[in-house]
Amino acid sequence: MIALAGVYHPGSSALHRCPAGIKLFVLCVVGTTAMIVGSLPVLGAGIVLLAVGYAIARIEPRAIWRLSRALLVVVAIIAVIQALVSGLTAALVLAARLLLLVGAANLLTLTTPTSALIDVIERVLGPLRRFGVDPGQVGIAVALTLRFIPVIATQAARIREAQAARGVRSYRSFLLPLVISTVRMADGVGEALTVRGFQAGGARHG
Amino acid sequence: MIEFRSVSHRYGDRPTLQDVTLRLVERRIGVIGPNGSGKSTLARLCNGLVKPTSGTVLAEGHDTTRETAAVRRVTGFVFQDPDTQILMPTVAEDLAFSLRPLRLPAAEVARRVDAQLEAFGLVDHRDHPAHLLSGGQKQLLAIAAVLMTDPAIVLFDEPTTLLDLRNKHRVMETIVGLSQQIVVVTHDLDLLDRFDRVILIDEGRVAADGAPGETVAFYRKLILG
Ligand SMILES: Nc1ncnc2c1ncn2[C@@H]1O[C@H](COP(=O)(O)OP(=O)(O)O)[C@@H](O)[C@H]1O
Ligand SMILES: [Mg+2]
Repeated sequence: MIALAGVYHPGSSALHRCPAGIKLFVLCVVGTTAMIVGSLPVLGAGIVLLAVGYAIARIEPRAIWRLSRALLVVVAIIAVIQALVSGLTAALVLAARLLLLVGAANLLTLTTPTSALIDVIERVLGPLRRFGVDPGQVGIAVALTLRFIPVIATQAARIREAQAARGVRSYRSFLLPLVISTVRMADGVGEALTVRGFQAGGARHG
Repeated sequence: MIEFRSVSHRYGDRPTLQDVTLRLVERRIGVIGPNGSGKSTLARLCNGLVKPTSGTVLAEGHDTTRETAAVRRVTGFVFQDPDTQILMPTVAEDLAFSLRPLRLPAAEVARRVDAQLEAFGLVDHRDHPAHLLSGGQKQLLAIAAVLMTDPAIVLFDEPTTLLDLRNKHRVMETIVGLSQQIVVVTHDLDLLDRFDRVILIDEGRVAADGAPGETVAFYRKLILG
């Protein structure tokens, strides 16, 4: 059984066996193309190809549905607003772009071990070392982002609930506690990294 | 073994620990005391997350101020909130992440991860997103991850505070059963029976130090008058 988030789901499909570097490169190409091309048929074809990708990776349709439910709601809301502001075509283009981007990114993380993702980011960013960038740390930061998106989302839902219970409804009273709890969490994550041997300035025992 | 030699610590001009001298050689050591008494500071001094303002702290003979890297290798630290300690998206990936600094071959990493999943009853959750685990399972994963590098000493700062009663017992069972030396800061006085030594910290000083029963009784008298 596959669980709820776009986290690595081990498998033996062609997409699983494909090197992480190639998948990351394809994701970048798809992302850039989706942002440049404004043609609905092309974006539509992209989404069909994406669906084929999920089939190749042998991700169950039920799992895809669970993964994309929330995304579809968000995309629908954004599309409706966009339709009211700038028309139906623009709304459809935007919705297709979002689906393609998020869907492709999820396909990458579903079929790629996080450690392989960190490795490839570390390698690709290697040349930036001379400018003071620590590629290992960037790789780990990307992995941490994947891990903490659902945690922050849960926290946001909790704050919403607490405020609804007190009859409060404002963006400021929602964002402030969320930012504070996220910053506090980041402190904790920093300490956990430190005690597990990942120190600032180099991702190894130092 | 951990040694405090006349250790004092202050945040700014606010003293948090005053002239603490301790030799921690027993295997299972509990630390109790009121909120703000300096328990977390004591635990953090043990692995150099906090440095003494004066005096010396040694972990397995390594000075926590001057030999931080060595101290980190021989100590593990488990915090109160497991959510911030699990760093990778899935259970197995988080365990493997602990081994990343060692640059081991993939097969060896897989072998050690499997063994640890087995030891902590997490096999069925191997590829689950960490955020879907229960609080107790998250804390067990956090402990399992810290133990991957086989530290000699494991420090715990209120590891059971956020858990329900059943999970408190389950996690403390696991902690007490570890073969490493453990130092556990806790408010769960009922879970200290199997400890070898319990230290009471009050207002930055060691207020009592001895067998669990004695120290806990002293503490209860202190707060209940
Ligand atoms: N980062 C900090 N900066 C300033 N004061 C702090 C900091 N952390 C803790 N303190 C203060 O130090 C004292 C001891 O804190 P702590 O060791 O966390 O106590 P305990 O864990 O027993 O509740 C408390 O009075 C607390 O307010
Ligand atoms: Mg504390």
